[in-house]
Amino acid sequence: MPGEAVSCRGLKKYYADVKAVDGLDLSVGNGECFGLLGPNGAGKTTTIEILEGLTVPDDGQVEVLGMTWKQNERRLRERIGISLQETQLSEKLTVHETVRLFRSFYPAGPDPDSLIHDMSLDEKRNSRVGKLSGGQKQRLAAACALVGDPDILFLDEPTTGLDPQSRLQLWEVVAKFRSLTTHYMEEAERLCDRIAIVDHGHLIALGTPKELIAKLEAPNIIEFTSDPALPPDTFQDIPGCHGCSPRGNAWQLRVDSLAEAVPQLIAAVEESGAKLVTLSTHAATLEDLFVSLTGRELRDA
Amino acid sequence: MPEKIRPAIIELTSVRTKEFVRETEAIFWVFGFPLILALALGFAFREKAPDRVPVAVLAGPSSQKEVAALSKSPALSPRVLNEAEAHDALRHGKVSLVIDSSHSLTYRYDPTSPDGRTARREADDALQAAAGRRDVMPARDEFVREQGARYIDFLIPGLLGMNLMGTGMWGMGFTIANARMKKLLKRLIATPMRKSQYVMSQFLSRLIFLTVEVIVLVAFGWLVFGVRVNGSILALTILCIVGGYAFSGLGLLTASRARTLEGVSGLMNLIMMPMWLCSGVFFSYERFPSSVKPFIRALPLTMLNDALRAVMNDAAPLTKVLPHLAVLAAWGIVTFAIGLKIFRWQ
Repeated sequence: MPGEAVSCRGLKKYYADVKAVDGLDLSVGNGECFGLLGPNGAGKTTTIEILEGLTVPDDGQVEVLGMTWKQNERRLRERIGISLQETQLSEKLTVHETVRLFRSFYPAGPDPDSLIHDMSLDEKRNSRVGKLSGGQKQRLAAACALVGDPDILFLDEPTTGLDPQSRLQLWEVVAKFRSLTTHYMEEAERLCDRIAIVDHGHLIALGTPKELIAKLEAPNIIEFTSDPALPPDTFQDIPGCHGCSPRGNAWQLRVDSLAEAVPQLIAAVEESGAKLVTLSTHAATLEDLFVSLTGRELRDA
Repeated sequence: MPEKIRPAIIELTSVRTKEFVRETEAIFWVFGFPLILALALGFAFREKAPDRVPVAVLAGPSSQKEVAALSKSPALSPRVLNEAEAHDALRHGKVSLVIDSSHSLTYRYDPTSPDGRTARREADDALQAAAGRRDVMPARDEFVREQGARYIDFLIPGLLGMNLMGTGMWGMGFTIANARMKKLLKRLIATPMRKSQYVMSQFLSRLIFLTVEVIVLVAFGWLVFGVRVNGSILALTILCIVGGYAFSGLGLLTASRARTLEGVSGLMNLIMMPMWLCSGVFFSYERFPSSVKPFIRALPLTMLNDALRAVMNDAAPLTKVLPHLAVLAAWGIVTFAIGLKIFRWQ
């Protein structure tokens, strides 16, 4: 299916003292899994809520499935599924009652029990929502998002606060669908066809996970500390090094080949008379890209 | 086999009803509290033989004869005391009258005390009769104790009205403010659910509980205190539904913007307090100055209480409470309209 599922141009939303979204352009194609990645307060939730028609932007155009919220609100509501950040579904109702309630709002969709089965909630079918674990609640929220058999699925931080196993379980569900916001770069890398990185309401990078990581111009990262700490000019000229940035009291080097760069780095440190304290390497991630783009870390920025 | 999907309005009403039934404390406040109140007040004001007023006879040669004469009056409880004791007893209110017949017959009492005046009249009648006085005109007493004119007959419709107000306002207001706070309202409007259906379902589930509430309280009044519905059950039903509608609207309006439960609680109490005091729940508002009565009569609880009393106590036909119904319906329509207009969904 070619064409655009979601598009927005020049999106702006200012609150009293923050520019939550400041001139954002995005375009998501049909069948694409699109991730919005950024630190807390970057404007992810505001952006997704504008796209979901829950927040009215101060400026800019939004089209979802070729329609606007102003003219086709009800038809759009029937075709999108949403999981909001931190919604508390009624604790006094059971899982089945909750899914059946949401199912009744949509003209078509899967049978509540088959959906409960897909979400691995069979055992909890008749349990009160208040008694569910965090992961079960998130899966229930996902079930409520899928209950109208949507064309577009919007998930806002679907796995926040979950243990690794629950996250994996939810990823499997999401993998069948498309579109989410997250501040977990691992989640975005694994699930998304394309990712937009946002910060302070601006788009700072856009592309497939591979393209984005390629922007670092180096597939590998070396992280090291030395005693005493060294100035960057002692090691930034080693062959295949594309740059360095401080990370805490360590240095991060972006390099082409580990086999080439590591011995050179060790030699350079020894030559300067300092002692190597720690050294670790990993393949470059979106987190590294964010650090190199903003000089800050994703999670506690 | 796939499950049959019921219409959203039925699902919404059904889950709201289940939520309420599963909320144990709410059940007590809706059903238990008014019964306890009715029971306590009913017993405190139940009819009983009028108390005998204690009176003292000063010790003397004729005091026993006087006590015997006084005992014939159903309103007096006489005893013999010496001068000092009688003085103290009168001063402390233990007796309302001291009778001194040592010289001429003398009554000592506080003329501002109703008991003192009653005792003086009763004692004088009893002593004069014992001394041989004959009434020049024969008379007899006829006691009025009609069903429908007792305090409990006044109280039960008032409690019914008060309960309809409390549950209507809390039932709507608290649920809505709570759902807004938990972002459940926001989640719901992210679906194709119609907003009017949500509000309608809140009212429908109110009607279900209202039925139970009214039956429980009316049956209790009838079984425990013999308070009957003298008018038609149909008129009572219509009154309760329209009253419930008015207060649901008021609850919706109260909760239409509030962001916190504390905020909505304060506002609720602010709105309900004047009606608890002025709308004739526990005592008639006839005691208020006539200048404020038109305002009191404009309050929905006043109208509901007046109409409930007219139907339950005086067997008024529906046509006679039409003005009351009109005022209640107006309250409902206006509060629902404004409440929905300014409603904050997220």
